[in-house]
Amino acid sequence: METQVLIIGGGATGTALARDLALRGVDCVLVERDDINAGASGRNHGLLHSGARYVSNDHEAAVECRTEGEILKRVAFRSIQDTGGYFVAVAGDDEKYVADFPGHCQRSGIQAKVIDVAEAREREPAISEHAIAVYEVPDASVDPFRLSLESMAQARSLGARLMRRTRVVGFDRVGSRIVGVRVRDTVTGAEQRIEAAQVVNAAGAWAREVALLAGAPVEMLYSKGTLLITHGRMAQHVINRLRKPGNADILMPGGTVSVLGTTSVRVDSLEDIHPTVDEVDLIIDEASPMLPGLRSMRFIRAYAGVRPLLGSPAGADGRNVSRGFALYDHEDQGLSNFVTLTGGKLTTCRLMAERAADFVCGRLGVSSPCLTAVEVIPAAPECEWTVPGRAPREWMRAHGLDDPMLCECEMVSGSVVDLLYASLRSAGDMPTLTDIGLRSRVGKGACQGAFCAIRTVAHLYQRGDFQARRGLDEITDFFRERWRGQHAVLWGEQLAQAELMEALNCGLFGEELRGVAGFDALRAAASGEGTP
Amino acid sequence: MTQTQPKTWDVAVVGAGMAGMAASLFAAERGLSCLQIGNGGGLLFASGLLDLLAVHPVAGRRLWDNPFEALAMLRRDQPDHPLARVDDATMRAAFQSFTTALGAAGMPYAPPGDRNANVLTSLGTAKPTYGVPRTMSAGVGALAGRPPCLLLDFRGLREFSARQIVATIGDRWPGLRMARVEFPGAETTAELYAAHMAVALESGDFRERTIARVRPLLGDAHAVGFPAVLGLARSGAVHAAFEEALGVPVFEIPTMPTSVPGLRLNSALEQAVVTRGVHRMLRANVTSAAFDGTAVLTLDGVPGGETVSARTVVLATGRFTGRGLTAGQQRVTESLLGLPVQQPASRAAWHSRDFLDPAGHAVNRAGLATDDEFRPLESDGRPAWPGLFAVGSILAGQDWMREKCGAGLALGTARLAVDRIARQLGVPGPLAEAG
Ligand SMILES: Cc1cc2nc3c(=O)[nH]c(=O)nc-3n(C[C@H](O)[C@H](O)[C@H](O)COP(=O)(O)OP(=O)(O)OC[C@H]3O[C@@H](n4cnc5c(N)ncnc54)[C@H](O)[C@@H]3O)c2cc1C
Ligand SMILES: Cc1cc2nc3c(=O)[nH]c(=O)nc-3n(C[C@H](O)[C@H](O)[C@H](O)COP(=O)(O)OP(=O)(O)OC[C@H]3O[C@@H](n4cnc5c(N)ncnc54)[C@H](O)[C@@H]3O)c2cc1C
Repeated sequence: METQVLIIGGGATGTALARDLALRGVDCVLVERDDINAGASGRNHGLLHSGARYVSNDHEAAVECRTEGEILKRVAFRSIQDTGGYFVAVAGDDEKYVADFPGHCQRSGIQAKVIDVAEAREREPAISEHAIAVYEVPDASVDPFRLSLESMAQARSLGARLMRRTRVVGFDRVGSRIVGVRVRDTVTGAEQRIEAAQVVNAAGAWAREVALLAGAPVEMLYSKGTLLITHGRMAQHVINRLRKPGNADILMPGGTVSVLGTTSVRVDSLEDIHPTVDEVDLIIDEASPMLPGLRSMRFIRAYAGVRPLLGSPAGADGRNVSRGFALYDHEDQGLSNFVTLTGGKLTTCRLMAERAADFVCGRLGVSSPCLTAVEVIPAAPECEWTVPGRAPREWMRAHGLDDPMLCECEMVSGSVVDLLYASLRSAGDMPTLTDIGLRSRVGKGACQGAFCAIRTVAHLYQRGDFQARRGLDEITDFFRERWRGQHAVLWGEQLAQAELMEALNCGLFGEELRGVAGFDALRAAASGEGTP
Repeated sequence: MTQTQPKTWDVAVVGAGMAGMAASLFAAERGLSCLQIGNGGGLLFASGLLDLLAVHPVAGRRLWDNPFEALAMLRRDQPDHPLARVDDATMRAAFQSFTTALGAAGMPYAPPGDRNANVLTSLGTAKPTYGVPRTMSAGVGALAGRPPCLLLDFRGLREFSARQIVATIGDRWPGLRMARVEFPGAETTAELYAAHMAVALESGDFRERTIARVRPLLGDAHAVGFPAVLGLARSGAVHAAFEEALGVPVFEIPTMPTSVPGLRLNSALEQAVVTRGVHRMLRANVTSAAFDGTAVLTLDGVPGGETVSARTVVLATGRFTGRGLTAGQQRVTESLLGLPVQQPASRAAWHSRDFLDPAGHAVNRAGLATDDEFRPLESDGRPAWPGLFAVGSILAGQDWMREKCGAGLALGTARLAVDRIARQLGVPGPLAEAG
């Protein structure tokens, strides 16, 4: 396979880059070892930063967020809800910080409007009665899945190719050039080689591993952040704690839920990243003074993502384009067609892509300008289903005989599953239940898939999409994946819910016994023996 | 039989799940005056299958063909397991009276013997269990012998796809076929509800129209499997009618909750305890209890508020779903009386990070520690009150979901506790099995 630019990593950055290059008429292939937004882009807060959070310690980042936020609100409006944000200080918070805040905002060009505390509490009753100051800023919420899916869909409509479940495993290097990138299909294990004039490493926190494969080490540390999802939405605005950025100071509205976080924990390895009970408790403790309702809140899920903390390439001074993100050209390491693009934020992914595309196009001798700040991302039918409330509206409108409701928490019907399945299939993929979950609300409601996963699998068999034992494999994979985000928040009502899910999957279906002779393969039945 | 309401009941049973029902039934059979208080729920999720014990030890995932051998091994390995305190005779008697009572109430079971049975589920797995409703028992034989067989489903019943089962196990059961039919009268509906179908199939007209659609599909099938929708209150009769009309054994396949067999179990047990004179206060909640010479329970959900008194109390309030246990953010507590709960040291140890961890999740073994008579213990190791017993899933040291012992735990512990209560109250030895 040949292409002009190979992009490694299908997060916000990689998909934004594919869109940018495609709009410039540059041929590109994006390889993603798992699925779109499988990394930090699917495990973040979803805050489209107004920049206000950074005004006191990082003026440049604040300005960058402000301008990028304004652009995305125009070009990616479908993925964004302009909720507005509050910054709230409570009794005991640093009053100097509070006093300096409006001045800092002004310096970065960010509108910050004082709101009367009583009025703010009327609009957002979740705010503590001990609030002492409230400012309103133009924060917004962004659905990162829809953003990446739509960016990629646009790129593909312009000829870009996406290869999911394709992992970069090695580089063939001749002198200063990467002449081939070896990739492996993570399902079949088959390997192939892609030849590209330029290679962009947009592998997020994994960029270090990828660069190392290319023989071009970069220094990187990792910081893990944990987030909690509440059962029910607690507020309409983004609610930030008005203090120096710290733990658990943002509550994001997201459709029918709120997302609370985050933490910052140094980790040495990217293996086995998961939220812990201690982090969950810390988040609740730290955020409760601002949002006292959290003490009795039910949480349905927790998840953790990793931010790369950037150093410079070992033994060389990289091209540090901005304090927020890094574009390394690796030229001092003797490479002429490999760049690493990492760090940054979801909010700045378009800008990161623009800078990288400018650089790569310069090398390719392509002079077409960047269009991503002016071209609106078009709607794509297969990218609309991550939005809560979308599926039920559609279903009410056109509820057909062959369109049963599969997920009753989030109201996802068979036709949505069919559409997603077909769109993945047409891209040559073998869609899994987890893939469908990523692109819709299946498994995201209070029951965390206990019922809808099973109905969805029955539906897919019925349509002839699933064969042989695949459904059982998919169900066990799906529940294992869902569980990873649940075990740290299981108390109260949610524990009762999890108990029911286990009673069903283990008590009744015996899924934990798969693989045991005498349970599997009906061998017991054949021999008349139950014991192994 | 009607009873005048005594001032002080012999037994007050708190809970209306499997364990509370079993305790009420056994108490009534012993001639004890029994008040059952409980706000339903738990049973609706049940599958109709009555497990005794099929897996031990769970970490080794060892399956047992003979549940009594498994029990013997459990007694040796885990003497603190609640089932280790139930002797074989008590366990057999418990299943015997329970299934007999269910049969009399319209939900017949295959006679319980010495062996576990494998039942085909809607996912295509073979669930090991012990007590099998008649409506499902032909499936056990079919699964064992695997003759040519037809599985049917109905368009619109979202949780059940016969095609899924055939795809999943067809390679090991070559004569297994599937067919999909329209449910009569539902040709223009997208979703069917199992309970509605079950009720409809009690009418001869619906049944005949369904059978007429199935008959031409029979072919060489030696048996026919359906999702569990063959009748609600009269499933025995509906099932028999299907077998007669189709001329081959017919079996139901358990489906996802809330399932029809769960509804059947609930209503058959209700009928069984009521006909035996149990006084039931449904939708009532016990909110507190005081113990002196007798127990005085305070109820809400009863107009005007009320207290009742009883000489003994059986706590059958279940776990987290049943609300017998409450999981706070850090500790598990017993919801009604604040009894000490045996539990892991901290929440971090409650759950494994692998949902399907063969060893299970430690929090599932949390619960009430008791003496050999199932009297919950205070922290000093003494029974909380001489007449207070706890039965069913609230007990510590078991993992019914993985051990496949849900019903066994409910029935066995209820039976033994009622025996001890009878002894305490001076009621002579077990009466002949009430039919
Ligand atoms: C807890 C947390 C909260 C955050 N909150 C916000 C927020 O509210 N607002 C905001 O603007 N930003 C936020 N961020 C930052 C934002 O999420 C990230 O900056 C952004 O998602 C990074 O995107 P990316 O595409 O660079 O990396 P990623 O999304 O991590 O993508 C990298 C991709 O590369 C793939 N990959 C890795 N190795 C290989 C390989 N060998 N071959 C092929 N593919 C490979 C991975 O599977 C992954 O999909 C947050 C980050 C964290 C961790
Ligand atoms: C999904 C699922 C599948 C199952 N499948 C099987 C199976 O295949 N085989 C099998 O043998 N069993 C099965 N079971 C049933 C299982 O055996 C029983 O649910 C289990 O043993 C627990 O029964 P229990 O009576 O102890 O508790 P529960 O069923 O939880 O009952 C507790 C009862 O107490 C009531 N209660 C609690 N507090 C109060 C109060 N203060 N005042 C009044 N009432 C109160 C509750 O409302 C409830 O009715 C299944 C259950 C589920 C949920």
